[in-house]
Amino acid sequence: MPGEPKPTVGLFVTCLVDAIRPQIGFATLQLLEEAGCVVEVPQAQTCCGQPALNSGDDRDAAHLARQTIAAFEGYDHVVLPSGSCAATMVHGYPELLASDPDWAARARAMAAKTHEITSFLADVMGYAPAGRRLNASATYHDSCSGLRELGVAAQPRALLSHVEGLEMRGLPGNDVCCGFGGTFCVKYSEISNAIVTEKAEAIEETGAELLLAGDLGCLMNMAGKLNRRGAKTRCFHTVEVLAGRAEGPAIGEDAP
Amino acid sequence: MTAPFKAPFKNRARAALADPVLKIAIDRTTGNAERKRAAALAAFPEFETARARGRAIKDHVIAHLGHYLELFERNATARGAQVHWAADDAEARAIVTRICLAADAKLVTRAKSMLGEEIGLPHALADAGIERVETDLAEHIIQLAGEAPSHIIWPAMHRTREQVAELFKAGHQPPPAAEDPATMVQSARRVLREKFLSADIGISGANFLVADTGATCTVTNEGNAELTTTPPRIHIVTAGIEKLVPSTAHAFALLRLLVRSATGGEMTQYTTFHAGPRRPGDADGPEEMHIVLVDNGRSRMLADEFREMLRCIRCGACMNHCVVYRQIGGHAYGGTYPGPMGAVLTPVLDGLAASRDLPNACTMNGRCAEVCPVGIPLPTLLRAWRRRSWREGLEPGSLRAGIGIWAQVARRPRLYRLATRIGLPLMRLFGKGGWIARLPLAGGWTDHRDLPRPAARSFMDQYRAQQKARK
Repeated sequence: MPGEPKPTVGLFVTCLVDAIRPQIGFATLQLLEEAGCVVEVPQAQTCCGQPALNSGDDRDAAHLARQTIAAFEGYDHVVLPSGSCAATMVHGYPELLASDPDWAARARAMAAKTHEITSFLADVMGYAPAGRRLNASATYHDSCSGLRELGVAAQPRALLSHVEGLEMRGLPGNDVCCGFGGTFCVKYSEISNAIVTEKAEAIEETGAELLLAGDLGCLMNMAGKLNRRGAKTRCFHTVEVLAGRAEGPAIGEDAP
Repeated sequence: MTAPFKAPFKNRARAALADPVLKIAIDRTTGNAERKRAAALAAFPEFETARARGRAIKDHVIAHLGHYLELFERNATARGAQVHWAADDAEARAIVTRICLAADAKLVTRAKSMLGEEIGLPHALADAGIERVETDLAEHIIQLAGEAPSHIIWPAMHRTREQVAELFKAGHQPPPAAEDPATMVQSARRVLREKFLSADIGISGANFLVADTGATCTVTNEGNAELTTTPPRIHIVTAGIEKLVPSTAHAFALLRLLVRSATGGEMTQYTTFHAGPRRPGDADGPEEMHIVLVDNGRSRMLADEFREMLRCIRCGACMNHCVVYRQIGGHAYGGTYPGPMGAVLTPVLDGLAASRDLPNACTMNGRCAEVCPVGIPLPTLLRAWRRRSWREGLEPGSLRAGIGIWAQVARRPRLYRLATRIGLPLMRLFGKGGWIARLPLAGGWTDHRDLPRPAARSFMDQYRAQQKARK
């Protein structure tokens, strides 16, 4: 609305995007600005704490939760290009800090305004990409945390339907875990390998040129397996396609 | 029960992963189960309401367990059954063995019961010199194979029908004439029929203990529970105390969930309420009925964070939908109960030190909780075990050190930036093109898949540079 102040968004890029594929962070930033948000990237962010949380190390997880809340609670919204890191903030933080009198309410307040990027764009901002074109066939994998803990399923598909030329193909077992599981994939690497092998087979069978998903961890797992198998499938985060940034190198295709 | 020596979990999992026939068997059974459950739920629009009700029934009973146990004992006793209380598996085994020996039993038939497996009944009977005959077709198969169940609904699911044909050829006298399922089932019927009629004692579990009638309920699709519990002189029921329901109507409310979630059927072929021994004038039934109520860790769960696990109605849906179970099958878990529900229960039964791998060997994808008909938050409970394992120092030192160092850095954003500034270019040295095929200390990843080469400069550094340039 004209005259209404733009909502402020604290962008948490996630540790994997920060280190492995910054382009996902810039695509997210671009989409948020296109959607009419004022975006800031707090410098005090590192990792949401999920590796500690999933290892049972609640003390370190709680420390990172407090650090993150302190850096982000001032914004109208907190947005992440990851369903699993967002779910950690939405469900994990309030649970971790439930018995901490100084932090419990702050954790709940932040959880209430934390969103995964595609659901934020579609549900909160009513955004739809305009003038985007990508002539390719693609299939989509539903990352588990986003799907089951945050209900991210229809939003990325709805947003992608606005990209002209993009032919979406169904992925059998789209809602079955890819075997990443954070530290699981290295702790129980052989089991993880068996799971991601089946996932890669299903992806290859679609014949789609692109694999899209909303979590870089899962994408790295699937892309790494596809590449090891010699498959030609190119992997992108959903936001890269939505932001018109999927013309360049895919995950694992080195930029000069 | 003292667990026999077992190879470490990872070795068991590795052996399972290397068995292509096992994978075929798992895919057949869990794939079928998944499809049939989905079809059953599609035809059951009130599932969510039924699930909420089922959960409420279980929560109510768990909150008033003492009351319903006493009510059940009173009503079962009034019907002429003898109720026994077993604090743990050893007591339960001793009670059953004592009843068998007092009756001078030579032959015992048994209808499938996971509680019986949990308390180690098969071994206890063998030790007492009593012949045990498993009457459930799948249990018959694994008895011939000398194995333990690998699934709580389909104990022989790890065996293909081709393998079963081999077992029957070797184990049936005379062997079945052909390998088609119908001929093999006929052969098993013939072998088992003799035993049904000559057994001294029949032992069953219970799917429900009905407090207001004192009846125990068994459900099967083969009718073997009826033939196990009716002809012999004595019927022994072994059941966990969490099987209580207030009334028969509550049992049916849970049955609607159980059957659809387990097999995708609407109702089991046989649903029988066993209410006391034969009464004067009854056409058949046992002369004595004993009900052994087993605690074995359940009242401890009642008091701690695993309380919600007592809701479990043993449908097996969680394992049918588990990516890990579908790769390694049931035996690799090493406990009585496999899959997600087993990963929560085994540390209760066998101790966390012996089973810490189970709650960790999970991707936390949440599909198990999504399909659970009584809404057990399985990932939350698995995380609770991880927390306890970390607190008790059971996690490996390398992991503790790794997480510890990482956390120290992640807790200091400026140090973290510095670490990425040094680390990323170093990591890139191991790459070729966009991929890293081998990375020291990262074999868990690179043994099986390539690692995308990290960025030369982190997002945060690039972003900061851009912001500066704009000013």
